[in-house]
Amino acid sequence: MAHLIEIRDMYKIYAIGDEPVHALDGVSLTVDDGEFVAIMGSSGSGKSTMLNILGCLDVPTKGSYLLDGIEVARRTPTELAHIRNRKLGFVFQNFNLLPRTSALENVELPDLYRGRLNVRERRRRAMELLARVGLRGRERHTPAQLSGGQQQRVAIARALMNNPPVVFADEPTGNLDTKSSIEIMNLFTELSNEGITIVMVTHEDDIAAYAKRHVVMRDGRVMRDDRGEGGRKTTEQVSQLVKEALA
Amino acid sequence: MNLLTIFKVALKSLGRNPVRSFLSCLGIGIGIVAVILAMAIGQGAKTMMVKEISSMGNNLVMVFPERRRTGAVSGGMGQGQTMTAKDAEAIKKELAHLVQGVSPQVRTSVQMMYGAKNWAGNVQGVSTDVLMISNWTVTDGRFFTADEERACARVCAIGTTVRANLFADDENPVGKTIRLKNMTFRVIGVLGSKGANNWGQDQDDVVMAPYTSVQRYLQRSKFQNINMMNLSLITMDDLEEARREVTSLLRQRHHLADYQDNDFETRDTTEIMNTIGSVTGIVGVLLLIFSVITLIVGGIGIMNIMLVSVTERIKEIGLRMSIGATPLSILTQFCLEAIVLATVGGAAGVAVGIGASYAVGALAGWPVLVEVSSAVYAFLISSVVGLFFGFYPAYRASKLNPIDCLRYE
Ligand SMILES: Nc1ncnc2c1ncn2[C@@H]1O[C@H](COP(=O)(O)OP(=O)(O)OP(=O)(O)O)[C@@H](O)[C@H]1O
Ligand SMILES: [Mg+2]
Repeated sequence: MAHLIEIRDMYKIYAIGDEPVHALDGVSLTVDDGEFVAIMGSSGSGKSTMLNILGCLDVPTKGSYLLDGIEVARRTPTELAHIRNRKLGFVFQNFNLLPRTSALENVELPDLYRGRLNVRERRRRAMELLARVGLRGRERHTPAQLSGGQQQRVAIARALMNNPPVVFADEPTGNLDTKSSIEIMNLFTELSNEGITIVMVTHEDDIAAYAKRHVVMRDGRVMRDDRGEGGRKTTEQVSQLVKEALA
Repeated sequence: MNLLTIFKVALKSLGRNPVRSFLSCLGIGIGIVAVILAMAIGQGAKTMMVKEISSMGNNLVMVFPERRRTGAVSGGMGQGQTMTAKDAEAIKKELAHLVQGVSPQVRTSVQMMYGAKNWAGNVQGVSTDVLMISNWTVTDGRFFTADEERACARVCAIGTTVRANLFADDENPVGKTIRLKNMTFRVIGVLGSKGANNWGQDQDDVVMAPYTSVQRYLQRSKFQNINMMNLSLITMDDLEEARREVTSLLRQRHHLADYQDNDFETRDTTEIMNTIGSVTGIVGVLLLIFSVITLIVGGIGIMNIMLVSVTERIKEIGLRMSIGATPLSILTQFCLEAIVLATVGGAAGVAVGIGASYAVGALAGWPVLVEVSSAVYAFLISSVVGLFFGFYPAYRASKLNPIDCLRYE
């Protein structure tokens, strides 16, 4: 069966100064439908770089990327925009909501660019999604009127607006306190249980413990890829796994 | 994403920053106000001049004797000694199919007296046709008749300036006898006021008497010269033919051989109109340059604001791209923002400009004329300016990489 995501021998090289930086140094990785993957590794190991390429926000210097069986590594900006809009959802560390715009309008945005629903349907779906992430009654709030955890939920609702098969999250709990982090991770777990594929970057072991599969990177390479055959891991097991991988 | 949605997005973005939107409208708005105002005043001035020129006379053609070129001395226009009242009569008789009225004109400045009052002014010797030719009216009494003209009667009609200087306000001049150069003339009428002409000359400072009487009693010259004659054509369509026929008739009467030049010249108001036309044409070109400059300045203002806006909202651009905004929709959004700014500025400018035009017109007593077309053009042009100057910032925004925008610090 074809993989949902398949990257092969991928490089991202930044030519800054004399020494080119290999942010990705020949990475190969596949992700199947319904997986919940945590990408881990020390700072500067290339986690964000890889996630941005997977999310079609960036293009690799070299290598191939098949998304749903289609090559997307060499596409025009417009084609990439369509792919992001229809197939991918994004959750950022700093939420990235439109300021001075209501939660509802923020959630509606992806369909505004797609134009699949009419005004009423779009509004209804956005309301449903906000209720789904526990923000019923906060639809008219602007980001400034919401807590960090609530803003991140708006961002998750927005990522789900166009029903993407996969959601990418780059340190989604990086700006949140422990309580909000747990709520957000519970939400991701529910989404995963509903069959949505989730690829998440984190360097916190307890956050990574929510994922089923753990990929550990160093210096632009995948050092360890644990598919979690032994069942869900505890935080301690994750720490152990990372330590081993980077030893 | 369809155009309407992008338009709404653009409006929303502008609404999020009302002060800045207002300020960026301001430049183009003021430009448009200036353009509308200048065009209105220019148009008003032109209409006023055209109106005055046509008030000079009815299908008017003027014939002047040629200045004498013999000898070293050259007299002014109308000082030649070649044209007589007989020429005028001949034109009236022989060119009746073209000309509805002919009036010879002799001019002399005299001292006028009534009782103890004194006034130095002009006497015009004319024929009865002058009323029709030059649109004069008589408000009190009457004008002289053809019989009086033939009989060299010492009668005259006076302009309002002369009346004011010789008579008390409550005195009726009609029937009174005044002295012109020590000859007594009876006042038989008062002319309706015409005011100052284009050159600021008071047209009401005049006494009109039959040319025959002026020649006989005031000029006492042995020649029968006239200073000029005024013709009124039946229709201006015949202008060329009339000039040709007048010329050939006068050449024949003056016994000019083929090799000799005309000893007279004809003038008509179309020439003056053309001069006015070319002057207002130049003014129009200046206005156009002025407009283009103000619009460029306004446009650069908008471009500046849009460039700042793109940099300032780079995270927003990255975010929109990350959830699926195509380069085209980003381009369209920012172009529309610029167009909306320019058009709103332009529309406000049109409204204020029209208001200001009428205010200036009312305050300065200067006629203004706001043409609907100029308002429509101003409106359309401001949106084109918005597109033109908004395109570059919008294009830059659309070419950004989503990841660079999201990472921008
Ligand atoms: N735009 C860029 N220009 C130059 N170098 C870059 C750029 N983006 C990333 N890099 C480099 O690529 C490497 C990987 O960066 P990346 O952001 O993927 O790390 P990371 O694993 O996400 O780290 P962190 O955990 O701190 O977020 C780093 O060495 C970084 O300096
Ligand atoms: Mg990172």
